[in-house]
Amino acid sequence: MWRDAALVAGKDLRIEGRSRVALSQVAPFGVVALVLFAFALGPDRQVMAKGAPGLFWVAVLFCTVLAIQRSVSVESSDGARDGLRLSGIDPAGLYLGKAVAVAAQLVVLELLLTVGVVLLYGAWIEVPWMIVASCLLGTVGLAATGTLYGALSSGLRVRETLLPFLLLPIVAPVLLAGTRIWQAAMAGGTPASGMQWLRLLVVFDAVYVAIGVVLFGPIQETA
Amino acid sequence: MAPAALPSSAVSLRDAVALSGRFPLLAGVDLEVAVGETVLVEGPNGAGKTSLLRVCAGLVPLASGRLSVLGLDPSRNRTAVRRRVGLLSHSSHLYDDLTVRENVRFAVRAAGGDVSRIEPACERWGLVGRLAKTSAGKLSAGQRRRVALAVLTARWPELWLLDEPHAGLDTAARVLLDLAVVEAAASGVTVIIASHESGPVEDLASRAVTVTGGRVTAERSLTPAFGGSVPSVTPDVPGDGMPGTAPLEGRVAHVA
Amino acid sequence: MSDDVTTTTVAESAGTHPAAAPVSNTRVTPAPAQSSRSKAVERTIGLLALLGTVATVWLGIWVTPPDKVQGDLVRLVYIHPGVAWVALYLAFGLAAVSSLLYLWPRTRSLLWDRLAAAAVEVGVVFNVCTLVSGSIWGRPTWGVWWAWDARLTSTAVLLVLFLGYLALRRVPAEPEVRARRSAFVALFAAVDIPIIHFSVNWWNTLHQGATVLNANLSPQIHGSMAWTLLLGFVALTLAFVWMLLVRYRIGVLEDWLGANELDLALAERQSEGAAPANGGSVAGGPVDGPSGDRVGVA
Repeated sequence: MWRDAALVAGKDLRIEGRSRVALSQVAPFGVVALVLFAFALGPDRQVMAKGAPGLFWVAVLFCTVLAIQRSVSVESSDGARDGLRLSGIDPAGLYLGKAVAVAAQLVVLELLLTVGVVLLYGAWIEVPWMIVASCLLGTVGLAATGTLYGALSSGLRVRETLLPFLLLPIVAPVLLAGTRIWQAAMAGGTPASGMQWLRLLVVFDAVYVAIGVVLFGPIQETA
Repeated sequence: MAPAALPSSAVSLRDAVALSGRFPLLAGVDLEVAVGETVLVEGPNGAGKTSLLRVCAGLVPLASGRLSVLGLDPSRNRTAVRRRVGLLSHSSHLYDDLTVRENVRFAVRAAGGDVSRIEPACERWGLVGRLAKTSAGKLSAGQRRRVALAVLTARWPELWLLDEPHAGLDTAARVLLDLAVVEAAASGVTVIIASHESGPVEDLASRAVTVTGGRVTAERSLTPAFGGSVPSVTPDVPGDGMPGTAPLEGRVAHVA
Repeated sequence: MSDDVTTTTVAESAGTHPAAAPVSNTRVTPAPAQSSRSKAVERTIGLLALLGTVATVWLGIWVTPPDKVQGDLVRLVYIHPGVAWVALYLAFGLAAVSSLLYLWPRTRSLLWDRLAAAAVEVGVVFNVCTLVSGSIWGRPTWGVWWAWDARLTSTAVLLVLFLGYLALRRVPAEPEVRARRSAFVALFAAVDIPIIHFSVNWWNTLHQGATVLNANLSPQIHGSMAWTLLLGFVALTLAFVWMLLVRYRIGVLEDWLGANELDLALAERQSEGAAPANGGSVAGGPVDGPSGDRVGVA
């Protein structure tokens, strides 16, 4: 399973390296989102700084949807999805591989967006490790659920509109937790309140990764 | 015949019905293919030839009826069946952004094949030099077919399912394909070829079944032209002189 | 090119219909009739639900006393918790359990899929009632039409999940494929709901100003109010069951219709073989399968 996961992750990342979709399309989209938020909330930097955690995570969610769509559409070139099924590759490995590739792209995007938020909104971070922890844990959750729902909707012609509708309510806990942790990280002081949210993220991640590893095979045969 | 019995039959279908939505792709197919046999499946467009191959590959589940591939039930032992079966279909399952070499490598490794066979397979199908480094998105249909064939010959599975294999290939590639099929048959591989063309493809098979309306409606036996002997390039093959004839004959000399 | 070929028709030997006569497969199975007993059950439940609801409304509006603090507004307690219980626990729980039963190989049957779909559809109705009644209740109490109260928020998220489930079911597909897909989605949502509930709760209570909102939706209940409340719960549950039964029956009829179309399609397909002169005149069938490249028609 791990071998297959590494193989698939490598393949997806190599494709990304060639086509540069995440870098040249999704990342600028994230930055555009940040700019639009700034327009919407007005030039008062205090308001923006206060809203920075939430805005960051909403931008991340948008980028997640795009990254997942891309991850799924890579497999529609020339019937590659059938090819993966035909090869008899371990479905759990396939799931982990694709999720890891998406997660890697998301982490890079989050780095970019963090810099953007700090610069554009004047957000100041007191406790950096909490930012890092929330981003890593949140990314795992987003990639795990996203890959799952991507597979579920992979064969559908209405995937573009259906996937966000299905996925975003499910990852609401990640948004809530991420925002709270960021707020705690920016406020400084005791990270106690942030801890319970980190634990929530761990539970969320564990649940959905487990579901993905176990159920990806049956899902693949359905779609 | 018990489905999980000795694999003396490579493929066994009993009253198989397969659906796509409400449309019956197969409407009750009965077919037995022995191990090592080469069978030609013919029939008009829309008859269900492709569906038949896809069912044998385990891609399409049966709505009713019985199926056994290499002694296994594809819906139970999915991975085992797929690792031992190779399907050459209309689409070549290539990633447009990867090069030819990378595509072959990925496909063979994903199927658990032997990595050392990749080089010779690429050479066999002419995927060398600059072509090997070209992105798959830039290939012509015939070149894509060659890549898929390279993956197939590198994997060398026990059962080959070829769907209109000659479509899109130039003359040289057609000859290479025929030789590959003969070589496979000689090494004990079971081959099922679906084709709506008649003619040269009949030389490869020992039996032809006709599929119409999702069922097997006729059967006849054929005499394979290359039954075990060294194949020579017959002058009747349409087209002009084949480049590289000498290496071809040298390569297949071992087919006794 | 070999010249000695022999042709045999395997049609007879394989036990299939002879190519000469048209396949007599065009029988149409009669519509599944509802047994008189289930009809009676359905009628009774519907009647009881109607009576119960009417009684609750009458008792709630005219007979029970107003609350000290909330006044007449408290009369919503006979409706709001009731519909909330149905939407959040009964409908959702039923859908989740049914989906699980569908996915489990030993109990796999389209019955569970139909039940889950019916439960979700009716659940949407009750969910909207929950949100509306909660909103009406909240307006005079909190002064706003919507407040991010923990339970209302969770209910709203559940509504979106329900709607996503129904949207997925509208995508055309074979019954088994659609059932599996829906069951997976229901399962994933079911797993997430407790997590969402917790997060929304924490989110709410940690936020300053939450104390104002958390009060007041739980008034003191005593005497005739308690009985009316109980009656309300029972009546609304019966209403849910009745709607569920009706929707389920509609589902059975829908499936029967689909199966009939399949029989006709099978017959047509088989008769293609009987008239081989029509080589490529296949209608091509509705491309209902999920994958765009349906190369089955080769």
